[in-house]
Amino acid sequence: MSLKINERKLNYGLAINEALSQMMECDKGIILIGQGVKSPWYVGQTCKDLVAKFGEDRVIDTPVSENAMTGAAVGVALSGMKAIAVHPRIDFLLYAIDPIINEAANWYYMNGGKLSVPVVFWPIINRGGEQGAQHSQALHAMFAHIPGLKVVMPADAYSAKGLMVSAIRDPNPVVYIDDRWLYGEISDVPEEIYDVPIGKARLVAEGEDITVIAVSYMVKEAELALYELKELDIRVELIDIRTVKPLDVESIIKSVSKTKKALVVDCGWKSFGISSEISSIINENCFDLLKHPVRRLALPDCPAPASSELEKEYYISKKDIIREIRNILR
Amino acid sequence: MAYSVKTLKLLYQMMLRIRICEESFIEPILNREILCPVHLYTGEEAVAVGVCANLEKKDKIFGSHRSHGHYLAKGGDLKELIAEVYCRGNGCSRGRGGSMHVISPETGMLGSAPIVGGTISLALGASLACSIQNDQSVAVSFFGDGASGEGVLWECVNFASLKKLPIIFVCENNFYSTHMPIDEIRANRNIYEAAKAFDIFSKQADGNNVLEVYDITKMAVDICRRGEGPCFIEARTYRMRGHVGPDDNIQGSHTDIRPKKEIEIWAMKDPITNFEEYLIANCIVDSEELTAVKEREKELISALHVEIKSTNKPGGKEELYKYVFKD
Repeated sequence: MSLKINERKLNYGLAINEALSQMMECDKGIILIGQGVKSPWYVGQTCKDLVAKFGEDRVIDTPVSENAMTGAAVGVALSGMKAIAVHPRIDFLLYAIDPIINEAANWYYMNGGKLSVPVVFWPIINRGGEQGAQHSQALHAMFAHIPGLKVVMPADAYSAKGLMVSAIRDPNPVVYIDDRWLYGEISDVPEEIYDVPIGKARLVAEGEDITVIAVSYMVKEAELALYELKELDIRVELIDIRTVKPLDVESIIKSVSKTKKALVVDCGWKSFGISSEISSIINENCFDLLKHPVRRLALPDCPAPASSELEKEYYISKKDIIREIRNILR
Repeated sequence: MAYSVKTLKLLYQMMLRIRICEESFIEPILNREILCPVHLYTGEEAVAVGVCANLEKKDKIFGSHRSHGHYLAKGGDLKELIAEVYCRGNGCSRGRGGSMHVISPETGMLGSAPIVGGTISLALGASLACSIQNDQSVAVSFFGDGASGEGVLWECVNFASLKKLPIIFVCENNFYSTHMPIDEIRANRNIYEAAKAFDIFSKQADGNNVLEVYDITKMAVDICRRGEGPCFIEARTYRMRGHVGPDDNIQGSHTDIRPKKEIEIWAMKDPITNFEEYLIANCIVDSEELTAVKEREKELISALHVEIKSTNKPGGKEELYKYVFKD
């Protein structure tokens, strides 16, 4: 059997668009609802041509009523259909915490398995450019804290499509968080429908010296760091966790058991965040093997600033990753 | 409007079933055989029954913290309801929900929840599904006057009106949201007037008169099935019991909320007693028949309590983790 090499390239935004389009084509019971589905201003290329293909009954641009619209997506999902609820800025989704956490996440459990909620909550992280504290947040840790929610954060175009397919197919609520900074990322994306399983990390690069476990856009920065470190003969093993919850604990443990050193890089805040969780998991499972305390790079406990000079201080870049790795390996 | 004898009897029997079922919980609550919070529907039966008598199986409803009546009126299984209030494994939510989370998907009762206003948007979504699937079904959202303080209600009414969705918003105005009298929480106690601002059919009904609720809902359901929804009904009623459990929240008692006189006035408007008088006056039934029906219902429910008490609550680690995710 020969492997067909797929050479079709697609950017991250269009990979999401293709997943939505193909899934909605296959299943007339899927709807997309949220602010800006008609507008590239809001959602980039992700919803390109969807209204034309599926009509305004199934691709619904909405009033600024996040709570009701998100709850409506849950209600659609409870009524034998499937819904994808997009929030072009994750910050605004805070208005919709009740339908996501109180209702969707708990529904299947509190009704003893009578009715599950096949809904995708799709908030977009959209930051930088001096947008300030309410246009910049990364809130995945908050959702990952909640039983009953799965949380995925693809970092490359291939995973963006495959995880959207999996999120739509999943009979449970899935929070699919992407980052506008990734929308231009290009990779091989098969034209056919395929899935990337929820709960499986991506091994981006193999290495012997240290394991870097990165989340979402931080995978990109870590990749850049990795190329520069290679010049210094530092071989980094890079894991893109892809799914925040359930975490692929096995892949993390396997890698850290090999390298015996770990750096966790998150695009969210440091305190009580994903980096704390991953660090704990490594300590619980690999403590005796570690040759250095697990280190973390994450956003400082500070709201996002507007000033671009302060933004430079605030966001984690490849330079921070390189510096941290060199410190660990010193 | 003319009503068939069958309809009148069904309305009565369902109100009676709800009343007897609700009152049957009092003793086991006092005995601490029932531990979960139970919000009794006693006094409000005409609303659930008058509304649901107009619905078909394909129609969907969502409820609140006080939804035993909605569940039963939509056709939910009596034994599974009682078992759920006892948090038993054979309850409608397999002991995971308790009294506040009753559900019966097979009859179109898609769930209830105590977050005030929390299920209104879910019902909105159900009506959106009805509309997309174009099967002439309707969705009903039951909530209390307290929920009129939640912004999400008005977000939902606006969107439903904008898209002409087949949803009926049923506000059960019992004049109290937990301990707060309505005049201390709303600038205008006529909640249906607020809904009129969204250019929809919005009516106030005597929520203790099952025929009035039935008639107004019939109009509303017709409007929704014609694709000209949504509709809003404010049904004015009164809970004869207190907010939660058998405590009646009478002034002077430790919960100290409602004037005794007010409770007495509403007792005169009891939806079931008044309907009994109507049925007898119109020769639909005689008092002997009513007594027989009551006895039968009491025996049935009493036997169910005995049976359910002998069953187990779900327990153990394996049971704990069931139903977090669907495979």
